[in-house]
Amino acid sequence: MWLLKLIFSRRDRLGPLVLGSLAILFGVFFVAIFAPWIAPYELTQIDVTQQLAAPSFAHWLGTDENGVDVLTQIIFGTRVAVLVGVSTVAICSTVGISLGAVSGYFGGWVDEVIMRITEILMAFPGILLAILLIFITQRPSLLAVIGALSVSGWAGYARLVRGQVLSERERAYVEASIALGFPTRRILFREIIPNILGPVIVQATFGVAGAILAEAALSFLGLGPQDLPSWGALLDQGATYFLLTPHLAIVPGLAIMITVLSINFVGDGLRDILDPRAMTRAP
Amino acid sequence: MTTFLLRRLLASIIVIFGVVTLVFFVLRAVPGDPIASILGEQALAVDKQAMRECLNLDKSLWQQYVLFWADVANGTLGELCDERGVTVSDKLIANIPATFQLALASLAIALIISLPLGIASALRPGSWVDNSSAVIALLGISVPSFWLGPMLLILFSITLQALPNPGSGVTGLSTLILPAVTLGSALAAKLTRMTRSSMMEVLSQDYVRTAKAKGNPAWRVTVKHALRNALIPVITILGLQFGALLGGAIIVEKVFARPGLGTLLLDAINSRNYLIVQGCVIFIAFAYVVVNLITDLIYGWVDPRIRYD
Repeated sequence: MWLLKLIFSRRDRLGPLVLGSLAILFGVFFVAIFAPWIAPYELTQIDVTQQLAAPSFAHWLGTDENGVDVLTQIIFGTRVAVLVGVSTVAICSTVGISLGAVSGYFGGWVDEVIMRITEILMAFPGILLAILLIFITQRPSLLAVIGALSVSGWAGYARLVRGQVLSERERAYVEASIALGFPTRRILFREIIPNILGPVIVQATFGVAGAILAEAALSFLGLGPQDLPSWGALLDQGATYFLLTPHLAIVPGLAIMITVLSINFVGDGLRDILDPRAMTRAP
Repeated sequence: MTTFLLRRLLASIIVIFGVVTLVFFVLRAVPGDPIASILGEQALAVDKQAMRECLNLDKSLWQQYVLFWADVANGTLGELCDERGVTVSDKLIANIPATFQLALASLAIALIISLPLGIASALRPGSWVDNSSAVIALLGISVPSFWLGPMLLILFSITLQALPNPGSGVTGLSTLILPAVTLGSALAAKLTRMTRSSMMEVLSQDYVRTAKAKGNPAWRVTVKHALRNALIPVITILGLQFGALLGGAIIVEKVFARPGLGTLLLDAINSRNYLIVQGCVIFIAFAYVVVNLITDLIYGWVDPRIRYD
């Protein structure tokens, strides 16, 4: 709660670019939540006489190879993107904060084991580990994609939190807490972790953008959630038919780019506000 | 220096061991019968049994693990079941050159874009050059490669007809330009910002002020005194990102229908070829670890302060 108060008290540091990006992101969330009411058609409405149709009054963004309205798929695809982005980061940050805090606070063999595991997971570049994990599922589902991205994504949070905890555990307030006989769990989760949340929140913000890009990439490669509309899958169709229907390649990519760019601007703004050198704990 | 080298080498060996072990156990965690997913439910029992024996799935898990390491140790990574006499390594070797060619070309393009832009931004902070490079850098990391590729194709291959498009039958270096720009754009964005911040830090140092006070021309101060030191952290990023380029090549090879490790991996996923998927993932992760190790060693050699940590 005090973190929210801090962000609100420093809102004047957020420039028009960040505020505009926040507005865009609210719009994205709005579309994701109210998709069934906003979309002009149902996802199951197939018109085989309108395959790969150009934009028209009936279909503002044209249709795909199955005759399904592209605007409808973009709107419903927003749900998949937001769900994957937020869920993945929620899981990664929870697991990463917990393991990173334990690793940094206790040190010793616990630290060694956790850090070696993170090194192994981070040895897979990009989405390679996620590709491997999805491969073992016969038919990728939304849950499988979130799970695969989460397994490969928590290591970065753990390393960040570990570094922060290593410096925080030497501080006087931690020493005082130990002297007062507080249990270790309280010291970690109620004393130390609230003080290191700033950089984690910034990383989580950029992490949402990364997860949305990763899901789109997996869908583009045919490894995304099956039977669900996805920006990446639309882009895959667009890349296949770009000679016939360039708009099918342009529009989904714009949706991805605008969303990711907005998240990156907000992340930059949060980084300015939550600069550790300026942060003090509220009484 | 020797202690530093040995410590990093040992850490890399442990990571590679962990990576190979993880890949092995992940691929054996497939729910259901993997043979059925490869051959189909309607396959004959005798064919299923032959495939099971070929993949060593008729043995215990630990026997499979030992045999797997034997294949890794002899460099074959296993013999293909549908192509007798052909090993996974043969397939990798046939496809590695194309991917490395793409990765190196992307690296070159990223450097050509980022170094001049980063230096110009650092020399004129707050100017239109600096602001433009900040926007370009942010766009570079926000625009997905699987969108940038088709956009470049629409612009340069279809509209301007300046470069060949995939499937046109044209061969040669001209087919490498668009894929390399697509893959290198995100790296160029990161390198631009890193070069800028590193140059700005170096330009504020006393020795640079001294070089200017001695009457050296601006280009000499920038290139001979500042840039050489500013490039140290840039080298680190370059090395780390080269490995990431290998992962990004998976997508770019699909966009431009190019041969390479990415295409091999995706074809193996579609045909449920476990051995090739296993081999590709292990090789890419292995290459990433080796490149990181080489980067650490170069960094330790270039910056003497690191050696004694």
